[in-house]
Amino acid sequence: MRFLLVEDNLKLAKALCDRFAQEGHVADHAETLADAEASIRTVAYDMILLDIMLPDGDGREFLRAHRSASNPTPVIVLTARSEVSDRVGLLDLGADDYITKPFDFSELQARVRAVMRRLGGAANNAKTYGDVVFDSTTGEIIVAGIPEQLRNREMRLLEVFFASPGQIFSKSHLMDRLFSFSDDVSENAIEVYVGRLRRKLEPSQASIETVRGLGYRMVLAS
Amino acid sequence: MKLYNAKGSIRRRLVLQLAAIAALLSVAFFLTVRVVAEQAATDTQDNILAASATSIADAIYSDGGEVRLELPYSAISMLSTISEDRVFYRVLVNGATVTGYDDLPLPATRTAQRGPRFETFSYRGDQLRSVLVSRTLSAGDRAASVQVVVGQTRLGLAAISSKITSTAVAIGVAFFLVATALSFLAAQNAMSPLDRLAASVARRGPNDLRPVTAATPTELVPLVGGLNSFMGRLRSALTRSEDLITEAAHRVRTPLATVRTQAEVIHRQMERPANKKALREMIRAVDESSRSAGQLLDHAMVTFRSDQLETETLDAADLLRDVVDRLSPTAELKDIGIKLDVPRDTINVQGDPILLQNAVRNVLDNAIKYSPADTDIEVQLTGGKSCRMAFRDQGRGFGEVDLEKLTKRFSRGSNVGDVVGSGLGLTIADDVATAHGGSLEITSNTEGPGACVTLVLPLA
Repeated sequence: MRFLLVEDNLKLAKALCDRFAQEGHVADHAETLADAEASIRTVAYDMILLDIMLPDGDGREFLRAHRSASNPTPVIVLTARSEVSDRVGLLDLGADDYITKPFDFSELQARVRAVMRRLGGAANNAKTYGDVVFDSTTGEIIVAGIPEQLRNREMRLLEVFFASPGQIFSKSHLMDRLFSFSDDVSENAIEVYVGRLRRKLEPSQASIETVRGLGYRMVLAS
Repeated sequence: MKLYNAKGSIRRRLVLQLAAIAALLSVAFFLTVRVVAEQAATDTQDNILAASATSIADAIYSDGGEVRLELPYSAISMLSTISEDRVFYRVLVNGATVTGYDDLPLPATRTAQRGPRFETFSYRGDQLRSVLVSRTLSAGDRAASVQVVVGQTRLGLAAISSKITSTAVAIGVAFFLVATALSFLAAQNAMSPLDRLAASVARRGPNDLRPVTAATPTELVPLVGGLNSFMGRLRSALTRSEDLITEAAHRVRTPLATVRTQAEVIHRQMERPANKKALREMIRAVDESSRSAGQLLDHAMVTFRSDQLETETLDAADLLRDVVDRLSPTAELKDIGIKLDVPRDTINVQGDPILLQNAVRNVLDNAIKYSPADTDIEVQLTGGKSCRMAFRDQGRGFGEVDLEKLTKRFSRGSNVGDVVGSGLGLTIADDVATAHGGSLEITSNTEGPGACVTLVLPLA
């Protein structure tokens, strides 16, 4: 996915762009509203992440203009303001969602996913591996022609395997992807979710195999 | 709570003072009328007495050295025109009584006095008003001194006087009553700009801090000026504190967001478990401080707004739906489902939407935080006597802790050492509920998982 990050704090913007890159996304940074408008005109973004307090204006004005120009690109507002004061107003102005700084990146991803799902921009996100079709936006897999809904953690786990089929992922890596920093879980917790995925992939050619001492990888049954 | 010292009433003072003035004027009026009227009555009697005595004196003539008198009937009859009082007379020639009551006293003679002289004295048991008319008559070659005294009792005059007195009393009392009534109306009228001003201030909503523009009488201009400048200061202080809260949030959150994101980036790149663990602790510390800061600011905002509630009628189901939609992605990360159960009938509450939303969010956020993965949170809305929003989770509950204490600032359950939290969430919810005339009920299942937090609000 391609993101436009409108944020005037350079350090935060840099960190966020790095974080997006780690997740395999592309994020362009615009420091001002003027930059943002220029970027929108030249590139088709999947999502705009908008800070509200910007040097050359109020993000809310941008939002209003963006909506009245009936630009379909969804917007998630990054707010650093009080939780109480202006949350409500943001949605009224046409933001698809908002998130309060600081945030857990996985929560931002969850919100992005929720917005994409709500707007129905899911169709082109389906990936195929063997006879498995997986849509990471809706969390739906089609195994042997039968669609099934994955739970959130199963979906995120499968997303990791789908990004690099055949690659071995360590338990620790998978845990980082699956659990938030506030969750206190043992490394064995990952086995529960791998187990669930295995059951769901059972009828297909794809399977998740254990690589002793190293981790897991998704392979196709020969 | 009595915030001011109500002492005395301008209206009452005005009425009392005007009434006292009216009373004084009534008494003065009464006295004047009485004196003038009695004087007039006395003058009338005196005139007739003088006329009568004069006509008697005129009837005395000298006939060849003899002084003669033919008492004119009219002299006596004219006196009976004013009253039925008894009449006495005495005619003296050279000091000897010629006719009449010879014991009728003569008014004290004073020299060099011309014209009739009047005197009032007691005679035969009655007050008598008498007049003396003196004449010098030439009787042949001698001069004869003639004195005529005519007296009349004053019973009729006393009757007139008492009639006048009672009339004067009646008029005086009536004047007093009318003046008092008018002074009451005048006071009312004089106070009406004050009442209007008070009403225009009292009618204002709790957030209306605009200057008073109602028509103001000159005397009240300093007061209204003071009030307006006070409200101006209050308004700017309120705006400042709201700005301060917003600004503080911004200042705290942006750097925390930077630190957190950078830490996440590095965490992803790190390999050594010890380093990862350290960084993980750091991120949790950042979360804790940002959460505490956020909730402290929320709490400040809630306290601030609670003092001046901006209420409107809200559909409780819509409110819950909004917050549930909002928090669902967060819950989903832990595979927690939120089951919303609302009745078909609309349940309305009267409240501040931002505060109520904040309260609901804090309770639900709390439930998500303490729920284990793969569980459900039930959110149930019920009506009836009051609006009840129940949030039932399958978390660890609150342990062995006094549930009353949980809504106090920074108080948390006894079993949450490992979960990031500030202990303000339920305090905020409780404050909001209390500000709306409701309450927060917490029930913990000591055996079996779960706690139920219920936000109880009065129906609109």
